[in-house]
Amino acid sequence: MIALVQDLGWMVISFINHLGKLTVFAAQVGRALITPPARPRAFVQELFNLGVLSLVIICVCGLAVGMVLGLQGYNTLVRFGAANSLGAVVGLSLIRELGPVLTALLATGRAGSATAAEIGTMVATEQLDGLRMMSINPIHLVVMPKTLAMIAVMPLLSALFIVFGLAGGYFVGVVLMGVDGGTYVSSLQNAVDYYDDVAGSLLKALVFGVLVGLIATYRGYTCAPTSAGVSSATTSTVVVASVSVLIFDYFITALWGV
Amino acid sequence: MATATDHAHVIFDDVHMAFGQRAVLCGLTCEFPRGKISVILGGSGSGKTTVLRLIGGLVHPQRGRIVVAGDDISQLSELQMYRVRAKLGMMFQGGALLDSLTIFDNLAFPLREHARLREVEIAAAVHQELAEVGLAGVENLLPGQLSGGMIKRAALARAIVMKPEILLCDEPFSGLDPISVKRIEALLHRINRQLHITMLISSHHIPSTMRMADEVVLLLPNGATTGTPVELQQHRDPHIAGFFNEDVGESIEGPEVEVPGERTTHRWVES
Repeated sequence: MIALVQDLGWMVISFINHLGKLTVFAAQVGRALITPPARPRAFVQELFNLGVLSLVIICVCGLAVGMVLGLQGYNTLVRFGAANSLGAVVGLSLIRELGPVLTALLATGRAGSATAAEIGTMVATEQLDGLRMMSINPIHLVVMPKTLAMIAVMPLLSALFIVFGLAGGYFVGVVLMGVDGGTYVSSLQNAVDYYDDVAGSLLKALVFGVLVGLIATYRGYTCAPTSAGVSSATTSTVVVASVSVLIFDYFITALWGV
Repeated sequence: MATATDHAHVIFDDVHMAFGQRAVLCGLTCEFPRGKISVILGGSGSGKTTVLRLIGGLVHPQRGRIVVAGDDISQLSELQMYRVRAKLGMMFQGGALLDSLTIFDNLAFPLREHARLREVEIAAAVHQELAEVGLAGVENLLPGQLSGGMIKRAALARAIVMKPEILLCDEPFSGLDPISVKRIEALLHRINRQLHITMLISSHHIPSTMRMADEVVLLLPNGATTGTPVELQQHRDPHIAGFFNEDVGESIEGPEVEVPGERTTHRWVES
């Protein structure tokens, strides 16, 4: 029993310790953001790595989720004679919830883990120390462009996920199940509000981008300089970022009604 | 207590360093003379690399004072260290080259960041350094495409491209064949003599140490012993003298190799 309490205490202390370090790390990234020189080339390169290279997985998953939503939504709604509301159901589910959340989870798995592994490998091979010895701040050169790129691409990927989801829902609902196309679109249009739903969704994705970007870079940057350390950093990035996204999703929804 | 002198370029004064519960340096006091080649010797885990990392400010001592080129760096922040590091170059054991950049870009990188030079001038400086270490022609290769010895030489070129006052070399001979060892040795020796750079080399390669060191700092569990290689080799303490029992080669200029089809032997010359 005492051992259990000790373990619990250690976990709480460790959590608070990491939270503190993450906050300091975030402040350093923020400072790097406003410290010259700007690094547009590195930023664009990271936009490509994190954004463009995630396009396929985001589009495919968006389409698949939209099709499942269309199918499940139609089967449920048709019982109540409300199949004409399929566009609203698919649209609101995707825009308010599934789009930003699933995009964040997918981006964590693909881009977040890659980011942590890349920075972790740089730690293990002393590349970051090499930068320090050249009087170059690794947070400025390596971490800041990656974090900023993650924040920038998350809303865009989320929007793309939603568009492909809506297309998937349309395909199943209209083409396969016979719902009228005009009804699907007008139901969607009437149900979705720009400020409450679309802007809120993008805001959510932005917050998730900050979370995933900071957690992935922090885990990589602070990993043990061994292959096991890199592996551990990659795994913990996926776990911690995914759980954080889901927890923050609840609080954003509960507090801001998005 | 050590005092800063014109002779000493780097001073350790009662430096204590531990990683967790494991003490690595316990009151290390020594000096590294200006313009000379100092080799830091010691067994595995004795703190050779830690000494170099302390000088570079990559880790900080728990206690004691470290003076680098006149600056006490023991309490300097990371930001303040950047000014001191402008005087330092470091050749890491694994090279620490940025693996996403070509060799040319790796060398050009510190110049682009810190020197106000035009791209043409940067290219000229990079080509000159690469030629200096015998790596002309590999500019467009990635570090992953080079052999271990070539990576060490590229790392050396990057370390000296900013013309540092002090060059820190972490195990420059580890994992290399005897030919490459002599090649790196000759390079370091020539750079030291030509540019008058203070060199601190961590190593456990005794033959190289005997050939090239002006001074040796032997790290022991309870401190350090300093002297010339010959002095330490003839030390009364058998533990200290025992470090130098390996065979020592003849020359620092490179091994003699037989060229097939020719009767004479040629001393190897860097390409």
